[in-house]
Amino acid sequence: MAEFFHMGGYGAYVWAAYAVFVVVLLADALAPLWQRRGTLRDIAARLRRESKRKTTP
Amino acid sequence: MNPLVLWFHKLGSPPYFYRFAGRFLPWLYAIALVSGAIGLYGGLVVAPADYQQGDSFRMIYVHVPCAWMSLFVYAFMAANAFVALVWRIKLSETLAMASAPVGAAFTFITLVTGSLWGKPMWGTWWTWDARLTSELVLLFLYLGVIGLYHAIEDVRQAARAAAFLALIGVVNLPIVHYSVVWWNTLHQGQTVSLMGQSKISQSMLWPLLTMAFATHVYFFASLLARARAALLALESGKDWVRAIALAQPTREASAHG
Repeated sequence: MAEFFHMGGYGAYVWAAYAVFVVVLLADALAPLWQRRGTLRDIAARLRRESKRKTTP
Repeated sequence: MNPLVLWFHKLGSPPYFYRFAGRFLPWLYAIALVSGAIGLYGGLVVAPADYQQGDSFRMIYVHVPCAWMSLFVYAFMAANAFVALVWRIKLSETLAMASAPVGAAFTFITLVTGSLWGKPMWGTWWTWDARLTSELVLLFLYLGVIGLYHAIEDVRQAARAAAFLALIGVVNLPIVHYSVVWWNTLHQGQTVSLMGQSKISQSMLWPLLTMAFATHVYFFASLLARARAALLALESGKDWVRAIALAQPTREASAHG
């Protein structure tokens, strides 16, 4: 197992490369999720404000 | 009308596309994740060490698929930019702008993993080799498209300006691809070929192709997710978006009962 992580002496480089791959793509996958949630929250808040304005004279 | 053409027209309508993409998204993410896991296992565990580079060659399983994607995504973005500029189709604008961040992410990974490979193999993190330089220009093109899109207030005007920049940048694609042929510098030539014989052993090749498949599927998943989010913002005044926003469970609503 230790030999596997050692990667014949290139461990630091190999694992850094895989870490960059995973972290960057994970961030890329989460970005649209947050964006969509934020947009929907903004629209819902605006709609609530508008309906309140209509009901109170 | 031809049913396929009819379906294509329907797909161009934002509410239909939003629902259609939403149905496919979980499957695309699942396929990308499973095939990516198989590819990484194959690359890290099953494939034998290279006779010259030892285990350091294992970086190709993230470097090469991402490098292919950096070109593929740009071509996809440019094709959509072309459609958006010529036929003014709103969905094409959205798809072109949604692919830019994903392409930038792949290009960034390509440059960083290449650098991590270059240090032990070439003895340097960076060199102004033709392949490296043109790939860096590709990253700047992506960032330029993203920046221009966000710099102009009117969203549709911004998309058209950014689409125009994306189209001009297409000249860089053959430069990146043929740089290892045209200039004899440090970066090695092409190993895997679509048409001819690949210069790599089968046990090393299959994880690479699996990773290539996984990154392609992942790109379309990320693209659809981004396009959905962008369409909601773009059509925020429309009834179908209001219906989705109001159906969304809100934190305040649950707090006040």
